[in-house]
Amino acid sequence: MEVEVQEAAFDIGLETVNFSQIAAKHHAGAIASFIGLVRDYRNNTALQAMRLQHYPGMTERILNALVTTAKDRFSLPAVRLIHRHGLLQPTEPIVLVLTASAHRAAAFDGCAFLMDRLKTDAPFWKCEYDHHGQGHWVEAKIHDNTQAEKWDVD
Amino acid sequence: MKILYFAWLAERLGCPEEQITKPDNVQTADDLRLLIQQRYPEQAAILDKPDALRVAVNQNLVDWQHPLTEDDEIAFFPPMTGG
Repeated sequence: MEVEVQEAAFDIGLETVNFSQIAAKHHAGAIASFIGLVRDYRNNTALQAMRLQHYPGMTERILNALVTTAKDRFSLPAVRLIHRHGLLQPTEPIVLVLTASAHRAAAFDGCAFLMDRLKTDAPFWKCEYDHHGQGHWVEAKIHDNTQAEKWDVD
Repeated sequence: MKILYFAWLAERLGCPEEQITKPDNVQTADDLRLLIQQRYPEQAAILDKPDALRVAVNQNLVDWQHPLTEDDEIAFFPPMTGG
């Protein structure tokens, strides 16, 4: 399984070790990783928690499609993508992307591509709870669109 | 057709999911957006700007002119904020 959408926490160390063994079987020479964490502040004030809502079914479809595209476009023999949903605490990991390739450039690019595209294409929505327990839906940033469009092919 | 709402859209409409029979005059995703505005007059303003919203039909992101059928699952939501 390359893609997981899950409520449970994941073990960064275990995932990386397992992935490096898969990468080795594919004769990869490089692994790049990205780990996204829940921030512990919002507008300079403490954040109590975050809730991530998603669209079950569509989320998995989009993430699997992005992984297929990334593997093909950057010649990645192996990819691992885990994205959590539900209630998360500050500093907890939200998302993990691991990419393996023959040389480092493709692994870095594939990892960045997946994160940039995931931000604008995968149906997740973050709600941040402030220290009063008040929820605030996070607004999408124009910057995220710009980053995602960077990967558009003419 | 089955209609889903997510994030603040679901909260404001007070409804994450509903089933309606497709009226004959609802041909596109944008027609459905206008119908939902009529069904939730007090929240109509949040559906005023299609550019600020996203629509998916059968779990694929589509544009507002996408045609609809009675068997479709249509989802309305704000721009995504995952990652």
